[in-house]
Amino acid sequence: MITGTPKPIEEILEMVEPYDNIIVAGCFGCVTVCRVGGDKEVQVLSSTLRLAREAAGKKIEIREVCLERQCDPEYLEPMRPYIEDYQAVLSIACGAGIQFMAEKFTKTPLLPGINTGFLGVTERQGEWTERCQGCGDCVLHLTGGICPVTRCAKSIFHGPCGGSVQGICEVDKEVKCGWQLIIDRLVSLEQMENYGKLKPYKGWDTSRDGGPRRIIREDMV
Amino acid sequence: MLPCTGRIDESLLLKAFENGADGVMVIGCLEGDCHYVNGNIRARARVERVYNILEQINIGPERIRMYNLSAGEGAKFAAFTNEFVGRVEELGPSPINLARSNGSKESEQEVQAT
Ligand code: SF4
Ligand code: SF4
Repeated sequence: MITGTPKPIEEILEMVEPYDNIIVAGCFGCVTVCRVGGDKEVQVLSSTLRLAREAAGKKIEIREVCLERQCDPEYLEPMRPYIEDYQAVLSIACGAGIQFMAEKFTKTPLLPGINTGFLGVTERQGEWTERCQGCGDCVLHLTGGICPVTRCAKSIFHGPCGGSVQGICEVDKEVKCGWQLIIDRLVSLEQMENYGKLKPYKGWDTSRDGGPRRIIREDMV
Repeated sequence: MLPCTGRIDESLLLKAFENGADGVMVIGCLEGDCHYVNGNIRARARVERVYNILEQINIGPERIRMYNLSAGEGAKFAAFTNEFVGRVEELGPSPINLARSNGSKESEQEVQAT
């Protein structure tokens, strides 16, 4: 899922300062699961903003909505009939959802209520960690199911660097060396020969380096 | 009244303030004694989150508090309630209620002036 963290309330209050009539829009997708932008968070954020603004003598009216997903056009369309009745939308979906809404409703300013994080997993309630950077050329079959792009702080492709000490990465004592994890896993799977199959260099042309990416599935369009 | 404090979430607590409460007291069963295992522990975490929200928006975090009691502790319930009500009375009306009463005074004055 795509993870995120709430923006500080002072920052949000500053963003909504010019407005007295807004929509707070959540998303039932990823951000609901990581508890940052679902229906409940819409309610809590809206109440918080109303209370803060009323106490400051500048009331704000809020329409609370939560869309199935903000990254699919059909779920945005139902907002069209009423969106222009509001001065702005504060969205707590991920950055993709917020941008898509901004593209569809060009006359309405869009404000981000969260800081979008990474593609990750739920370790336990309240803890999420990163797993994939969407490099566009997955090698997990060769690396024991552990991503060198993400789990290695330097995204290197040829085994632990000199900064790996007793399985810990030099960037942070809390971070395990991704390459140590890969080697340990390959040994336990008896698949060390896969290490030799990795390309000595990785082509990044399928990753972010070529600018914003696009997928076109000819069989579907 | 809710069957378990585990049903309370942050938005309900904030709604109470929006609806004009000067203070909100949450009373759950004793910790370790929840009929639904850990409803009161969840409630405590949620009350703490609302405490932090109220602090950030200057409503006054001490306007919310959680107490734990067993159903048989009537006298303690009364004592806790008196303590909390006393505390909220000392704090006075919440900034929301102050803003509302100022607003209604202003509109009364406007009516008188017209
Ligand atoms: S808008 Fe973002 S958070 Fe919502 S479903 Fe799409 S990708 Fe996930
Ligand atoms: S190799 Fe690329 S696609 Fe596969 S998990 Fe890592 S970043 Fe994601």
